[in-house]
Amino acid sequence: MERLTYLAVLLFIFAGSAWLEIALRTRVFRRWKRLLLALSIPFVIFVIWDIWAIASGHWSIDPDRTVGVVLFGIIPIEELIFFLVVPIASILSLEAVRSVKGWPLGDEQPDPRGDDAGPTDAQKAQS
Amino acid sequence: MTYTQIAIAMVVGVVAVDLLVLRTRLVTRRGFWVAYAIVLFFQLLTNGLLTWLRVFRYSDAVIVGNQPADDGPPPFIGEGRIVFQPFEDLLMGFSLCLLAMALWVYWGRRGVQPTPHAGPPIWRRAPGASPTGAAAAPSPHPGGSGDGQPSP
Repeated sequence: MERLTYLAVLLFIFAGSAWLEIALRTRVFRRWKRLLLALSIPFVIFVIWDIWAIASGHWSIDPDRTVGVVLFGIIPIEELIFFLVVPIASILSLEAVRSVKGWPLGDEQPDPRGDDAGPTDAQKAQS
Repeated sequence: MTYTQIAIAMVVGVVAVDLLVLRTRLVTRRGFWVAYAIVLFFQLLTNGLLTWLRVFRYSDAVIVGNQPADDGPPPFIGEGRIVFQPFEDLLMGFSLCLLAMALWVYWGRRGVQPTPHAGPPIWRRAPGASPTGAAAAPSPHPGGSGDGQPSP
């Protein structure tokens, strides 16, 4: 059972955020192509960093508390799952806040100049 | 380079990507900071637990704090630790989440599945819906089109 420690925490992070898809209608998993595009670059960067850091001895992951599937001879599979589950949870949180508060994030339509969604809430509140 | 140096460089680099490369400017938006506060709370909880259990161990040479001897967990706070984890982990978490969120907004702005939009929460009726919920006018919610789900 101890070997499931890290995996159980990852499951908690996933379950603790995925319910937002239903309760707050975040529609993140529904937009899975966009999600995969958003996940791919951080996944590659942080997995390379992780592999390098483990190889360099910056940190280590207890083999007694992971299931024992190790990729490239160095990185436990939990670490790969971590760099998917955590960004998914953060994007779900972002859309959850938007669902409840309606604050703009810059990708609303129409999008006049491509990089600016107009006045912020603070500016609107002042006017 | 130490973990401290790399983590600080990653935060600077990802904020630069958000502001100058993707021009998503999430760090200027209230919605991002509220979402990050939620993420931070759960990072302190889950990463703190994993560090306290010593699933993660860090080399003394690359963090500000020390890795205690095997007979005990690291300090709850102090010596470079915040809820057991090295503060460097918070920088790594921030850069990971900001990069993912900025790319999410970036691809939406570029037209990759900008809709259906998020919301409203299931306990909140869509604006304009009839009190009975039946025979309601078409939902004004922009996410209502083409998402294959009945509007609330």
